[in-house]
Amino acid sequence: MKPAAFDYVRVDGVEDACTLLQRHGDDARILAGGQSLMAVLNMRLAQPSLLVDISRSTALARIEVRDGCVQVGAAATQAALEWRDSLAQELPLLKLVFPYISHFQIRNRGTVCGSVAHADPSAELPLSLLVLEGQVVLRGKRQRVVAAEDFFTGMLSTARASDELVEAVRFPLAKPGQGFGFREFSRRHGDFAICAVAAVADDRGLRVAVGGVADRPLAREWPLLEGGALDDALNEFAWALDARDDSQMSAASRRHLARRLGQQAVEAALLTRTSV
Amino acid sequence: MTHDILSREKLHPITIELNGQTRRGYATPRMLLSDYLRHELGLTGTHVGCEHGVCGACTVRLDGVACRSCLTLAVQADGRRVETVEGLAGEGGVLSELQSAFKRHHALQCGFCTPGILMSSADWLARLRELGRKPTEQEVREMLSGHICRCTGYTPIVKALMEVAHA
Amino acid sequence: MQATPFKIPGGLPFVGQRLQRLEDTALLTGRGSYADDLGVKPGTLYAAVLRSPHAHAGLRSMDVNAALQLPGVRAVLTGEDVQRWGQPFVVGVKQPMQHWALAVDRVRYVGEPVAVVVAEDRYTAEDALDLIRVDYEPRRAVVEIDAALAEGCELLHEAVGSNVLSERRFSYGEPDALFSDSRRISTTVRYPRNSCSPMECAVVIAEYLGADEGYDALSNFMGPFSLHAVMALALKVPGNKLRHRVPRDSGGSFGVKQAVFPYVVLMCLAARKAGAPVKWVEDRLEHLSAATSATARLATITADVRDDGRILALHWDQVDEVGAYLRAPEPATFYRMHGCLTGAYDVAHLKVRNRVVVTNKTPTGLVRGFGGPQVYYALERLLDRIATELDIDPVALRRLNYVKADQFPYQAPAGAVLDSGDYEKMTDLALAAAREQGLHERQLAARASGKLYGIGVAAIVEPSVSNMGYISTVLTAEQRAKAGPKNGAIASATVAVDLMGGVNVTIASAPAGQGHMTVCAQVVADALGLQPVQVMVNVEFDTAKDAWSVAAGNYSSRFAGAVAGAVHLAAMKVRDKLTLIAADQFGCTPADVAFAGGEIFNMANSAQRQPFTRLAANPHWAPALLPKGVSPGLRETAFWTPEVLRAPDAADRVNPSATYGFVFDICGLEVDPNTGAVRVDRYITGHDAGRLLNPALADGQIQGAFSQGLGAALLEEFRYGGDGSFQSGTLADYLMPTACETPDLVIVHMETPSPVTPLGAKGLGEGNNMSTPVCIANAFADALRPHMDLAEVQLPLTPGRVLALLQVSDPAPKEMPHPAAAVPAGEGLALKAQGEVEIPATPEKVFAVLLDPVALARVIPGCHSLQSIGPNRYRADVTVGVGLVKARYEAEIILSDIDAPHSLRLAGSGRSSLGTGAGGGLVMLQATPTGTRLSYDYSAQVGGKAAMVGSRMLEGAARIIVAQLFESLGRQAGGKTVEPNWWRRILRKLGVRV
Repeated sequence: MKPAAFDYVRVDGVEDACTLLQRHGDDARILAGGQSLMAVLNMRLAQPSLLVDISRSTALARIEVRDGCVQVGAAATQAALEWRDSLAQELPLLKLVFPYISHFQIRNRGTVCGSVAHADPSAELPLSLLVLEGQVVLRGKRQRVVAAEDFFTGMLSTARASDELVEAVRFPLAKPGQGFGFREFSRRHGDFAICAVAAVADDRGLRVAVGGVADRPLAREWPLLEGGALDDALNEFAWALDARDDSQMSAASRRHLARRLGQQAVEAALLTRTSV
Repeated sequence: MTHDILSREKLHPITIELNGQTRRGYATPRMLLSDYLRHELGLTGTHVGCEHGVCGACTVRLDGVACRSCLTLAVQADGRRVETVEGLAGEGGVLSELQSAFKRHHALQCGFCTPGILMSSADWLARLRELGRKPTEQEVREMLSGHICRCTGYTPIVKALMEVAHA
Repeated sequence: MQATPFKIPGGLPFVGQRLQRLEDTALLTGRGSYADDLGVKPGTLYAAVLRSPHAHAGLRSMDVNAALQLPGVRAVLTGEDVQRWGQPFVVGVKQPMQHWALAVDRVRYVGEPVAVVVAEDRYTAEDALDLIRVDYEPRRAVVEIDAALAEGCELLHEAVGSNVLSERRFSYGEPDALFSDSRRISTTVRYPRNSCSPMECAVVIAEYLGADEGYDALSNFMGPFSLHAVMALALKVPGNKLRHRVPRDSGGSFGVKQAVFPYVVLMCLAARKAGAPVKWVEDRLEHLSAATSATARLATITADVRDDGRILALHWDQVDEVGAYLRAPEPATFYRMHGCLTGAYDVAHLKVRNRVVVTNKTPTGLVRGFGGPQVYYALERLLDRIATELDIDPVALRRLNYVKADQFPYQAPAGAVLDSGDYEKMTDLALAAAREQGLHERQLAARASGKLYGIGVAAIVEPSVSNMGYISTVLTAEQRAKAGPKNGAIASATVAVDLMGGVNVTIASAPAGQGHMTVCAQVVADALGLQPVQVMVNVEFDTAKDAWSVAAGNYSSRFAGAVAGAVHLAAMKVRDKLTLIAADQFGCTPADVAFAGGEIFNMANSAQRQPFTRLAANPHWAPALLPKGVSPGLRETAFWTPEVLRAPDAADRVNPSATYGFVFDICGLEVDPNTGAVRVDRYITGHDAGRLLNPALADGQIQGAFSQGLGAALLEEFRYGGDGSFQSGTLADYLMPTACETPDLVIVHMETPSPVTPLGAKGLGEGNNMSTPVCIANAFADALRPHMDLAEVQLPLTPGRVLALLQVSDPAPKEMPHPAAAVPAGEGLALKAQGEVEIPATPEKVFAVLLDPVALARVIPGCHSLQSIGPNRYRADVTVGVGLVKARYEAEIILSDIDAPHSLRLAGSGRSSLGTGAGGGLVMLQATPTGTRLSYDYSAQVGGKAAMVGSRMLEGAARIIVAQLFESLGRQAGGKTVEPNWWRRILRKLGVRV
């Protein structure tokens, strides 16, 4: 299980990375944390001709608060964000989510942007970015900013063009009055979610996103609902995920998970609302 | 371009600070750090169990941070600090606190997963120590969940780690 | 609690103490010597194995030229070479089934070796694998046991004439007598494929030394070394011309490294072809897909039982699914347990029907617990069914039927001689621990709050030290008479004293982490009055130099009972010799000579004493001073075989193991109705394994076996698709328990020494592999009991299975967004894709695109070229991929059922380095006011590596690819030109930005 041959180049700046992507297009791959890419290469599920390593770029590893968002650069590891002192105040949802993201050792190298770019339908960071209405900063010939809602287009598929780099992602800072809930079910601790639900509540309404069921994370917004109305809304959402039967689990069971975890996540979000 | 493109056809010199010593060797771009450590530099304490990042046997510290050497290229380690299980014991081979706790608690049987667990734990415990935090058993188990041990059922490993973390 | 190892508190023997291990310092500091850590000869080459992507296919031709031309590649071994230099592996039954080290004319499972590339490094060898072209002719795969048994089923081995390789019926006592006061209770169970896959995969280093010297191999094969003969025969050399060595350390084995042996043969042949030593390191994908598996079993078990619960007779009807070939030592999964099919119970009448079937799956073999998990899954589920149907407490039912303490040694009807025990007392001790844990209170409290909480028990007899003759029970008495009797379990050990009085021990046990060095040192230290740290134990094993025999190796929990016993016997021989020398020197009787505290002394005159190291060294330096009749040299080898292990008798009775421990488990678990998760809350395991040599190591064995049993119950399963594709190729698909899933367990010991083994010890390393899966299944059934009577429990208890059982409500939404078409849950990866595309062009125009190869080439995403090879048949070169994953497929595309301009069938099949793919479906066109509505309904099957590693993603990927195809068709037909990829690439090469 060894990768096929490739050329390798280490870059320090976003311009260099973009120049190489433009020159080599789909034959080049960005190597950031490599926690998905290297496994794919070792299994020879992909054979790019050039790896563009941005992992040691300090410019791209920045995490900073900017325009009401925590902006996380392309080379910033998940651990760097997870162990950030102010994370609990800035992004309380991510504080809940990080323990579910794979394992300590993987988060140490895996990048936030890499997970978003990979767009695994079960991954927690795309789900979090979506429920928080975050943005993805893409850099090709020019820079463009895409809302998370528009970025994830399908399984492992995004709005990123092959010559673009996910330069940063932006998570909006928690606002006063918001509460957050997160529930995930997986076979083992750290496994990909069979179903994960993230919820944000404030005094006006709810925003709920589900990962692991559809081919991408999907979100819904509702006014503050409770009781039967919430059940109906969650049920409608569960059906809208277009779950499929497969050898592991029936579609009905997947909808059941979405409803139950959805309920728990919403409850947690409502309970943790802070006073304004 | 600040760095050269390294050709797939060639061996490139790689220098790392390995357990405090400067070590030089050669690698093609695709050579995994695990293979480089084991077969180019001859440090076979780091084990390879899955080569897709799940089992954790190959975990080493890169610039102090525990990570999978099977998901890291040797060329990526060039110029950096790498620590492996061979560097854990003190002067004259005296076992570290962590190593002797593992021995005392029978926290290993075949020993194949052990080096990776030790390297993960060393990084994690050092970080907690810096923060002045003592982990709960559940936190120890979550950190350990990035490693698979087939022999012990984990009970003695958890005990050893709790003992060291709460010493 | 800094313990100082190896000090005798109050002069107690070392055996029985929780000593720290002699192995650990090396392992904790990176100085282990695992097979891949050893240096190799200069010039050693590296192998990679080409494996079948098909479950079942004819092997039409193979072209290895491109691979051979790759720089760095030195040889490619093919089936022809194997046929020239080797012969098929010998089989345990008399059937014309040929199993070669490489497929010769047909492949019969995904992952079957087809060729071996030998190159200067592993990376290059893998590059070359991608260059070998194999022409396969796919055949229908036989996947499930029921299908394999069915009339008219596709055959794996035509010469056999059936997929049933062996059928035997046995009858003991009077099982068919109608017991007037009894009723019949029955259950049917299926035990799945799984494996106690170790963390270290297989490693083989082999060299061919020419016709005179044969082969030299080193591997982490664990035995049984009876298979050394199988390897030598397959290489067509006498046993002494296949030298095989095992290094000191092995990264776990659990039975699984028995399956290294075919690769020893394969790499010997590869080395012969390459003319150089060859090293092969199995990777995890190879290991999970193609190394081995526990034998899957379908069993119906019926009891004749009295109303009070007393079982009078048992009837077993079992089918073992052994994969594509019956590989030695199969069908041993049946016969290891044959003599003790009545378990811990005193049942006089027994009837058995055993059938062995082949399927298109990886051959099975030893997996920790070997045969036990399968037998006890049926037997202990049956006991629970009896308890439920007769409304008897499950523990009381077991007690009623137990072999009683005064019945030992107890001869079971099929021949097992249960040597010692007190099952009721062990049960009492375990139940007391359960009470301490408040197990029943926890259940009451949980149920009172509406939770699903169950308690389960299991009682099993744990055999150890296998009878090398048990496998011959598969033959009829006449066949056995012809072949000659086989029996015994010869263990061996050597204890030697060196020039300075140092003690060295060598054993042929091939350990894999069980602490053999430590225990041998304890045993020898006790015999010679030394400290364990003074005793050097060498556990490397060399067939050319060590004392060994047919039973050598690391299996059937034989170390404590057999090997440690042989070490004790060898140490006692050394002691006896030294006693004669000392008595001569002291002028006393041998009975007065004693060994303690590192000295040898005269008990009658304590002034007469000498350090052991001095007295024991002297015979080397001054053999002339040896007393009369004492031979020079201080190196003693003991061979031991238990007398109780005889060959199967004429009535097919066989004692399959030398000694039998007892395990009683009780656990409480909770089922989460929200998620289907099963969480083990409390687990108590009681073991009577005779005398414990090192209780700390014993606990380690129990904890490890428990976590594997837990994995089998909840997580681990080798999954296959309906086409035989393998779907559990990575450790993200084959789920082993982590620290978060494995609870601590409560262990209760009791020690009833075995009268059979030299030290009174019994094996205990496999008990929980046998007891834990069924204990958890019983607890699960109990958890659901308030809601349903669950007669069948299928392992592993995945959330999908559990939620299906719980029949969760699935209310229809008030407003159905898109009525999702009900797609039946297919067997495996029958990938479905359905959809509709609106195309701004007439159906005729769309149809024209489909029938025009040039336009079609533009439509197919990732198509590099399309060549017509017949009417509406094309050969295409297509890159298919989603996200990071991409592969280039050589594809064939066929259009059929053409009904212009309404519908047609579009089918394709292809192969790439990622495996095979095939799909097809109906495309329907309907005119609309704005153009055409194209609807498609597709299904596809993916095999080989893509299915192995990507099962979680494949369905989504297939949907994306099919959607891309038809969207592209829409654009093309709608007049928006789609640039073919090659054009884009040419432009790019010219430097034009596109």
